[in-house]
Amino acid sequence: MTTQPTGPVPGTGETLLETGVAGDGLDLEAAQSVLGVDDSRFRHDYLEVRGLRVEFDGFVAVQGVDLTVTAGDLRFLIGPNGAGKTTIVDAITGLARASGSVQFGGVDLLGRKTHRIARAGVGRTFQTASVFEELSVLQNLDIAAGARRGPLTLLRRRSSTPEAVEQALETVGLAHLRDVQAGILAHGQKQWLEIGMLLVQDARLLLLDEPVAGMSQAEREQTGELLQRIGAQRTVVVVEHDMDFLRAFASSVTVLHLGQVLAEGTYAEVQADPRVQEVYLGSAGATRGARRRGSASTTEGAHASPRTTTDEKEA
Amino acid sequence: MSAVTTESPSRLSALYRSSRARVIVGFAVAAVLLFAVAPATLSTFRLGLLGKFLCLAMVAVGIGLAWGRGGMLTLGQGVFFGLGAYLMAMHLKLADAGPVEGSGGVPDFMMLYGSGEVPGWWEPFRSPVVTILAIAIVPAGLAALLGFAVFTRRVRGAYFAILSQALAAAFAILLIGQQATTGGTNGLNGFRSFFGYDLADPVNKRMLFFLAAGALLVMVAVARQLMVSRFGELLVAVRDQENRVRFLGYDPAQVKVVAYAVAAFMAAVGGALFVPIVGIISPADVGVVPSIGFLIGVAIGGRATLLGPVLGSIAVSWAQTSLSEAFPSGWIYAQGALFILVVAFLPGGLAELFTRWRRSRRGSVPDGGAPAPGDDGTSDGSRPGAARTGEPGSGDPTVEPQTAVDHDPATSGRTA
Repeated sequence: MTTQPTGPVPGTGETLLETGVAGDGLDLEAAQSVLGVDDSRFRHDYLEVRGLRVEFDGFVAVQGVDLTVTAGDLRFLIGPNGAGKTTIVDAITGLARASGSVQFGGVDLLGRKTHRIARAGVGRTFQTASVFEELSVLQNLDIAAGARRGPLTLLRRRSSTPEAVEQALETVGLAHLRDVQAGILAHGQKQWLEIGMLLVQDARLLLLDEPVAGMSQAEREQTGELLQRIGAQRTVVVVEHDMDFLRAFASSVTVLHLGQVLAEGTYAEVQADPRVQEVYLGSAGATRGARRRGSASTTEGAHASPRTTTDEKEA
Repeated sequence: MSAVTTESPSRLSALYRSSRARVIVGFAVAAVLLFAVAPATLSTFRLGLLGKFLCLAMVAVGIGLAWGRGGMLTLGQGVFFGLGAYLMAMHLKLADAGPVEGSGGVPDFMMLYGSGEVPGWWEPFRSPVVTILAIAIVPAGLAALLGFAVFTRRVRGAYFAILSQALAAAFAILLIGQQATTGGTNGLNGFRSFFGYDLADPVNKRMLFFLAAGALLVMVAVARQLMVSRFGELLVAVRDQENRVRFLGYDPAQVKVVAYAVAAFMAAVGGALFVPIVGIISPADVGVVPSIGFLIGVAIGGRATLLGPVLGSIAVSWAQTSLSEAFPSGWIYAQGALFILVVAFLPGGLAELFTRWRRSRRGSVPDGGAPAPGDDGTSDGSRPGAARTGEPGSGDPTVEPQTAVDHDPATSGRTA
């Protein structure tokens, strides 16, 4: 494995947080309590995408994608840059205008406003962790937990920490940093905070865009295990470049290429598919070539980091 | 270094616990200054001036909320200030003109410039109750309507600023054009009484001052409650990451509309009290220039803090008055220079100096740079002294650099 540039920038105060958490990490036992014992309400949830098509100014980023993900599945979306992975997530969450049909838990999502989609139980994270940097970790989670609060609750000061927030703090291993401003967290901690926010938001469909980017190997393994726990009860879709992470934790994989589904199945099935080998997994040279071409497109933020390239060479 | 990590939460919570005591002491000191010291030491004329500054400071409290916390750079508060002021002035003119049965109840300027008849839309404002209700409802309601139209279309940043400024310009032009019904350029003036009290009487002038002082204290208390509440945290979240808030199931437009309407309400009350204290309201008090003037005090004082806007606004008004007395045309240059200095070197306003000083006395709270909040990200990139953290693990130039923010309780929404 390559060493990860986990990114404490000297002099910003991140270094101290990094050392402060050494030895700490995710608390998977706490995850169980925040996920809830009663999973019956999630049992029939599933994401059903049919004929999804997204077009930007004449450029077709996603064409006719079908995707079905059930609760209990931990689905990974992979594909070279420009394959349309993030665009699909954007379309599901109402950020990109799309045609076709997207249903989750029997609710039609396409055409709804973003915040309505979120209230229907869909949560997502972003490639770049986008937490509220000036607010504390606790405040971040509290806001995520509060979309259904009435005006009177909103106008009062928070008197006690909601139970779900407390458990999420434990789950993502940030309990000792609850009063620290989210802006000075290390990158991996921000990603965990985002996952914690999804948990307290009570999202039943979690769409995670590169959740382990910039994490150390130990952090990746913890994150992967947490995602497996969540995936056992809720519907989880992960967009990821890291092949080691994928191999270790994916229960199923969808390979996208040029806006279309190329293959779908378990990791082994997908890996054995000659078409997938050709465009993606096959040789490092081909992969890089695809990346170069893809990075010119506008649909995905170019993010061919040294890390992922090396990872794929190994894969 | 790790000692700091474990220590800072406990210090913050200690600060949090003591904040209630500090707030009560702060309000008590302000009340003593305004209700005892000021009337005892200032002449009636100076007290009237201070009363005027307090009215302008009410507008500033609202701007601090909408701009400092909500990221809405509103360059058009003159509209709401003016609406409150004109509504009050209309009532005062009608009251001065007397009842319809006796003298006809027509304000003097309408006799001079108009047909000598009171227009229908003036009539309701003969009633003091209607007037007070209108001052409370009309400007805030207009702001809410406008806010819904603008924020749900995701107009923000500089576009919102330009829109609000255009509104202020249009409002002033509209007033100037209606010589017969709004007094045109002269505005409305020459008020003799205020809800039955003689405005020439120094005792009543003092009562008006107390009214303004009380209103300002209440507004600061309201602003504080909004800032420390969950709504205040949400407002900061909307300012910094509007889209992220959306993905959590909130409609950011609603959050912004509330803050904008509260700011408009505060401006309207300030305007309504401005009228009897100053004795005139004219388009020159509500147009583009005064609207920007409201903003300068807020920026200088520190827009994201609770007291920065109030103190900054009062200080700027005071400086304007005293400098204008000494150098009639010099003030505008001093004002411009001060504004440039603050924007360039102290984006968090003078409050930033205060927090820096407090921090340097306490020592070791981790400092990432300037505490100034961004307004819709428009000023984020240009903050001097702001530490940057590149996107770790990618080395990717297309990833937006994230600005590290420091540990400033004044902007974090907990203890300000």
